[in-house]
Amino acid sequence: MANVALRKVVKKYDRTEAVRGIDLDIADKEFIVLVGPSGCGKSTTLRMIAGLEEVTDGEILIGGDLVNDVPPKDRDIAMVFQNYALYPHMTVYENMSFGLRLKKFPKAEIKSRVDHAAGILGITELLERRPRQLSGGQRQRVAMGRAIVRNPRVFLFDEPLSNLDAKLRVQMRTEIKKVHQTVKTTTVYVTHDQIEAMTLADRVVVMNAGTIEQLGTPHDLYHTPRTKFVAGFIGSPAMNFVNCKLVEAAGGGLSTRLGNGLTFKVPPDRTQRYKSHVGRELLFGLRPEHITEPRGDLRPDCQEFDVTLDVVEPMGMETMVYFMVEDTEVCGRVNPASAGAPGQPMRLVAELGNMHLIDPQTEAVI
Amino acid sequence: MTAAAIGADAPRRVVGGSIRRSRRWALITSYFFLILFAIFFLVPPYYQLATATKTSEQISNQDTNPWLPAMSAGQEGLNPGGANAGKANLAKIKKDSWLPAAVQGFMANISQLMNDTDFPIYFRNTAIVTVCVVIITMVIAVPAAFSLGRMKFWGSGVLATGVFLTYLVPDSLLFIPLFKVVGGLGLLDSYWGLVLVYPTLTVPFCTWIMIGYFQSIPKELDEAALIDGANHIQMLFRIFIPVALPGLIAATIFAFTVSWAAFVYPMAFIYSSDQLVLTAGTITSLVKADVYQWGMIMTAALLAAAPPLVIYAFLMDYYIAGLTAGATKG
Repeated sequence: MANVALRKVVKKYDRTEAVRGIDLDIADKEFIVLVGPSGCGKSTTLRMIAGLEEVTDGEILIGGDLVNDVPPKDRDIAMVFQNYALYPHMTVYENMSFGLRLKKFPKAEIKSRVDHAAGILGITELLERRPRQLSGGQRQRVAMGRAIVRNPRVFLFDEPLSNLDAKLRVQMRTEIKKVHQTVKTTTVYVTHDQIEAMTLADRVVVMNAGTIEQLGTPHDLYHTPRTKFVAGFIGSPAMNFVNCKLVEAAGGGLSTRLGNGLTFKVPPDRTQRYKSHVGRELLFGLRPEHITEPRGDLRPDCQEFDVTLDVVEPMGMETMVYFMVEDTEVCGRVNPASAGAPGQPMRLVAELGNMHLIDPQTEAVI
Repeated sequence: MTAAAIGADAPRRVVGGSIRRSRRWALITSYFFLILFAIFFLVPPYYQLATATKTSEQISNQDTNPWLPAMSAGQEGLNPGGANAGKANLAKIKKDSWLPAAVQGFMANISQLMNDTDFPIYFRNTAIVTVCVVIITMVIAVPAAFSLGRMKFWGSGVLATGVFLTYLVPDSLLFIPLFKVVGGLGLLDSYWGLVLVYPTLTVPFCTWIMIGYFQSIPKELDEAALIDGANHIQMLFRIFIPVALPGLIAATIFAFTVSWAAFVYPMAFIYSSDQLVLTAGTITSLVKADVYQWGMIMTAALLAAAPPLVIYAFLMDYYIAGLTAGATKG
């Protein structure tokens, strides 16, 4: 059990900077997820914590100890790899006990630890098998078991579910969460899947181009993104962004003019926040789940508008409707029963209490 | 269209090539070439075997078909150079007349080879040299390949290519300078000289094969081992060698074959009969001036070819088996 701290950590490969001076404090027992598109430096960061990559500049501390020059084996960490990295010539038992055997643990201790971990993961009956006799999900469990038996200070996961099929991924996600709740080891988890990040993390670190875009709870990231990148990355389908102009409304207050004659009133509680930007060209952001069919009484922060549907995608529990605002495609999420047909007009409701305005120059959310 | 209408339409046949027909042609073509190759490669050993059953007199007899094995027992004592001990054995074999003439002839040749020539000494020397060379090769090539293939260090790529380039220099070019080296070390006319020289052929190539094998192992495997607390030696012996076993065996077979069959070096470096190995020894002892003892030469060649054949047969499965299956996704 330990906290992990990164202080101005930089990683350079030749001349390209993969990680550009990130600061991160991970509390003991916390589950942190590093998420971002490929090449954002999340895996490099994890590998620096593991000791598999040298740190170009800055400091990494595990449990308060500076570990920059400490080899991986002495960092007391365990890592689960995307492709499992099981030793193919060893049985599951040998795979899980390899680290302990290297450290010359007594046989009885090894056995009890392996049995315990196998019990947690439900792989007790697989202990005598070899990796090639296991399914993908089972291999991933063994890889996790190999990490658990070590009883390390920090767990590191490098996209552990990417190789599994969609159904198994959801199942293993729950499994990982359960394991964390059981063993309560500080965990750093890397993924490019924002849903994994949201469901697993205590706090999510959104990375982009080697820097941290935003650090916060899944709730924070979803509701109050600080940049356009975070706003667009978190949530599926992604947030709609439409060019708009912020103007003074006729009856007082502000409104956003989107084009196609579409104008949305800014909720009164935001007036103060946006006032200084009146007259500017901005980006209007609204998530698909906040564009719905009319449902009974109109709430004060909601506004009805009419569109012509372009594409209709039934998903079962809901239906995605796509329509154009000027030359931007916008997605809404409606009840399947009320969805119209492509080419037909439809009345929709925008929940403007959830709108965001983004400065197109700085890409910061205002 | 209604369901009935769909049902009424018979599926239209596409005229032209069919998958089944093209597959059959592919099969016929491959069998044709496989049989051609089999004949091409099996005719020399067959001719060897047929000749090995005959005495020199039978071989030089123009009335018999050289492609058929001996049909009648050869006459005693007509093999030139046969010593008395050999003749006694020959007589013993001849008494077991229930054996076919070809087997009798073959056994007579073996007996003469074992008793009247230094063939057993050559065999022993070859075995010693080969075992030593295989061990030396593995001891050098495995760690070399591991470091060149898995540890990235300055110049490792160039070094790996360099290792392979040294293999490309033919032994017919190297034996003159190596003659000086071996002579300087006082190892001329000793099979220990061969133990020293053969690795110049085997080490580069085996290193090259092993580099390929080691590189094919996913890098996460050594990272996992690194995190599990293994040092490089433990990683090599507990992870890489077991996982790369097929490659190791391939390299072993290669080193074995090279040192078993090498001809130029022993021919150049060794002249005493008690130090000679099979390849050079057979030729020097069974070809006297213009007298070729073909029956015994062929018998010796067959016997010499047996150990590599047996080793190939046993290790072939290992050779093919991919042990890395299951290490990672796949």
